[in-house]
Amino acid sequence: MKKKSLAAMLMAGAMCLSLLASCASDPGSTGSPAPSQAPSQGTQESQPAGEPSQGSEPSATGASGTFKLGGIGPLTGENAIYGKAAMNGAQIAVDEINAMGGDVKLEFDPQDDVGDPETALNAYNNLLDDGMQVLVGTVTTGPAITVSAQARQDRVFAMTPSASSTDVTAGKDNMFQVCFTDPNQGITSADYIAENLPDAKVAIIYRNDDAYSQGIRDTFVAEYTGKGKEVVNEGTFTKDTQTDFSVQLTAAKNAGADLIFLPIYYQPASVILAQAKAMNYAPTFFGVDGMDGILTMEGFDTSLAEGVMLMTPFNAWGTDELTKSFVTKYEDTYGETPNQFAADGYDAVYAIYTALNAAGCTGDMSAAEICEALVAVMPTIGVDGLTGTGMTWSSNGEVAKAPVVVTIQGGIYVTQ
Amino acid sequence: MKKLIGRIKGLKKTTKVDFATYLGVILAFVLFTVLRDRGLLNRSITGMLVPICAYIVMAVSLNLTVGILGELSLGHAGFMSVGAFSGVIAAQSLQAAVPSAPARLAIAILVGAVFAAVAGTIVGVPVLRLRGDYLAIVTLAFGEIIKELITCLLVAWDSRGLHMAFNLNGSLTINDIGMEPGGMAIIKGAQGATGTETIASFTAGFILIMITLVIVLNLVRSRAGRAIMALRDNRIAAESVGINVTKYKMMAFVTSAALAGAAGALYGLNYSNLTASKFSFDTSILVLVYVVLGGLGNMWGSIIAAAVLYFLPEALREFKDYRMLVYAVVLILVMLATNDSRIKALAGRILPKRKGAKDNG
Repeated sequence: MKKKSLAAMLMAGAMCLSLLASCASDPGSTGSPAPSQAPSQGTQESQPAGEPSQGSEPSATGASGTFKLGGIGPLTGENAIYGKAAMNGAQIAVDEINAMGGDVKLEFDPQDDVGDPETALNAYNNLLDDGMQVLVGTVTTGPAITVSAQARQDRVFAMTPSASSTDVTAGKDNMFQVCFTDPNQGITSADYIAENLPDAKVAIIYRNDDAYSQGIRDTFVAEYTGKGKEVVNEGTFTKDTQTDFSVQLTAAKNAGADLIFLPIYYQPASVILAQAKAMNYAPTFFGVDGMDGILTMEGFDTSLAEGVMLMTPFNAWGTDELTKSFVTKYEDTYGETPNQFAADGYDAVYAIYTALNAAGCTGDMSAAEICEALVAVMPTIGVDGLTGTGMTWSSNGEVAKAPVVVTIQGGIYVTQ
Repeated sequence: MKKLIGRIKGLKKTTKVDFATYLGVILAFVLFTVLRDRGLLNRSITGMLVPICAYIVMAVSLNLTVGILGELSLGHAGFMSVGAFSGVIAAQSLQAAVPSAPARLAIAILVGAVFAAVAGTIVGVPVLRLRGDYLAIVTLAFGEIIKELITCLLVAWDSRGLHMAFNLNGSLTINDIGMEPGGMAIIKGAQGATGTETIASFTAGFILIMITLVIVLNLVRSRAGRAIMALRDNRIAAESVGINVTKYKMMAFVTSAALAGAAGALYGLNYSNLTASKFSFDTSILVLVYVVLGGLGNMWGSIIAAAVLYFLPEALREFKDYRMLVYAVVLILVMLATNDSRIKALAGRILPKRKGAKDNG
């Protein structure tokens, strides 16, 4: 009897494993339906990505061969929504480029880092073992700092969709960003508020154990007070206290604030919105790119977000052709509305593709050779992507593009 | 030669196991070094060598508290954190004074161990006088407190020396602590230590494991170690024969904390970015899992468990999103298998000599 139960347990375990193995192979194949519908749209989109490269580097013959891109982001854990979106967006771009049928073929291998620098470095080493030539990643800031330091030593070209700290690119010539840097977001928000809402009495609620939130808050305050304005109240919270904001909201209300700047992610922001409504406090809320995603959050009453302003590079309800075709494709493949991280991932792949073409790389080049070639052409290329038209890069890795401020009206973004 | 074999045979069982542990670690080090230098090791494994060394030291040192002293500690990552950040500060500040990287690493590890020992003393003095599970409660809180404190810490270095500030209300930034323009920010509060020069090496990790083993195994086999185990097994009986309870508890606990600090310094200097949130409750539990699965009081078990369980999630990368699920299933299977009397009996038949070693291998 007992022997039987042991055997049964082992069998069950083995079956679980084989089941999981077959499940795990599925996500890769879900990407394949895309090419069938891609060709017509794919050629359309090849124009914005392809044109600038030819214009800026006429001597280059264009890239050829198969390139292996690696991706690193949090596919599990509390930040999984960002990692998954960025990797899904990148996958769509890869499928489109492959469907174009040009000389360049891309292979894409997204790996999980749980948002942890240690795991990210392991994933990075793992990808290099598998022959990665260019890295799309990492999605979050802490891992990106660690991985970019190693990538600089190894001479591997890396393009992060969304790691926004200046430490990510500082001192690393081969690391480039698609997103704005934290200081840039803080400065742009401060400028926007000072210019368009000159009478606002500003309070800030931010998370002081988070590099992203603290970083934006620091530059925002420096820029805003530098303009002779005053921040009337500042409230802080940490990862462990992000379920109740009544103290911070009451303090802001008592200080007479009518605009609350929220340089935080959308999960705590959703709690703030709900609690502010419950205490009949209705200031203008102003978020940055971390606020993006609040409308697609499960169980969130979108009416709470009515009138929230946020600075985001991507508006999924935008009316231009590129956005419309991307959103349709994303919704068909993954069953949800893409957020800004998906757009960042998509643009990262197109930026790499444009640079590969401009540098005339071939698929048999090593990661280090490709890195040197791409570093040389990056400041010369321009990309029209989802998160900005005419994106250009400085040689220190930071992107230049116009910021967009949107207001949430009736459950969608409306560009200001 | 015969004499030597005779002498080895004449040794006590525990001594033989200890020597086998040393030998195993040395052989593993030689094997991996040779493989790496010949280029036979892939990058993935090469990159994991240093963190594995750090986690082995963590597991062995926690085993001293949990397995030998018999007190539950849930804040071991807190000591690792203290060691990591003090080690990083030491290594970064001494860049000019000590140009040799290995020497700087050794100093950093020492500094990390000292600071963690001080933290261990502060926690231990009041708590180890109490009976019951208070150590678990207090170390749990300690780990969280350390995390919050380091999140508020700003440290920078310039030609005038070390600058520190404590960012209590969140309004200070690294630019407010008055360093010279050419200064170097070492710890930037929530952003943690960024831009750390990574000087940790596998050789240093190996040496640290050996030192840890020498300290822990000698402590356990000594008079003091027997007193500590007597406390674990029966506190009242131990007190009745005149064993100073607090003294021996402190001895084990502070040693454990110091070694965790050393491991932290090694770990911290292996990554260019280190945040306090890495050393959370989860990390403490992770190390506790290594200790429990390796066997309480069993040092070589901790070493093998730490190495295998660290490697496992990376080896499971082909399972993609289901990786950690498979990891959990494997953990449960290992627990069931090692606790199964039939499998133990089977192992006893294959390795008849192991029978006697189970009391304190």
